[in-house]
Amino acid sequence: MAADPLSRVFSALADPTRRDIVARLAVGDATVNELAAPYDVTVQAVSKHLKVLEDAGLVSRSREAQRRPVHLEANVFDLMTKWIERYRRQAEERYRRLDDVLRDMPDAPTSPREGNPS
Amino acid sequence: MTSTTHHETQIAADPDVPLVRITREFDAPPEKVYRAHVDPDLVAQWMGPRSTRMRIDQWDARTGGSYRYVASDENGEYGFHGCFHELRPNELIVQTFTFDGMPDGVALEKLVLEDIGNGRTRLTATSLVDSFEGRDGFVASGMDVGVNEGYEKLDDLLARG
Repeated sequence: MAADPLSRVFSALADPTRRDIVARLAVGDATVNELAAPYDVTVQAVSKHLKVLEDAGLVSRSREAQRRPVHLEANVFDLMTKWIERYRRQAEERYRRLDDVLRDMPDAPTSPREGNPS
Repeated sequence: MTSTTHHETQIAADPDVPLVRITREFDAPPEKVYRAHVDPDLVAQWMGPRSTRMRIDQWDARTGGSYRYVASDENGEYGFHGCFHELRPNELIVQTFTFDGMPDGVALEKLVLEDIGNGRTRLTATSLVDSFEGRDGFVASGMDVGVNEGYEKLDDLLARG
């Protein structure tokens, strides 16, 4: 398994069933049985998925309550999406500058500068 | 600004391979978008991070050529270098990318330009690195302050379990 925290989050979310579980937990806490209900898989298989999500820090399970509902650790999830969003915004800023360059560019190269180190 | 066509950058971090994919459309034909990536005078106008000055030390945009540029801000200078592995005018640029501060690290970057008609272009840029740690560091690098804080915050969150 990947060693660093962010990679664990990414690989935990690589699986479509696990992404679906996360999406459903975003609505509210649920028990393993509730989570397993819509899938054509055993409760054991869903438990395995939950173990991966738990190891990645994405979900937690209450130790006290009898039902042991699964809870989405929304702040871990938000933090990851926030990073990607910042990276995206940075690229978008760069490409807006490129938009400006493209708008001001003449239709044909003014001088054959390519491959000509300055 | 008031443009009716707005093409926000899309980004995807691949879960299976350490790769980041960026997609963006431009209101210019592939010929111009390509030129803006290979002409050093044009590159200097947009590629460097905001609030940094960009100085191109070397730029030989040919298959087998290489490049080096330095971005500087009030905190110092940051050099980047790499090789142009394959250039196909108006279609494709394959190059390597290394930050001088991490000379053993290298990203393989592939830029594909697609003519989508009406004088417009879709750009798809992928960056592949050799580990997920590297990819996630790559996503985090070059960002404003607070990124490391972010990492520490996540470490804390995860440590608390």
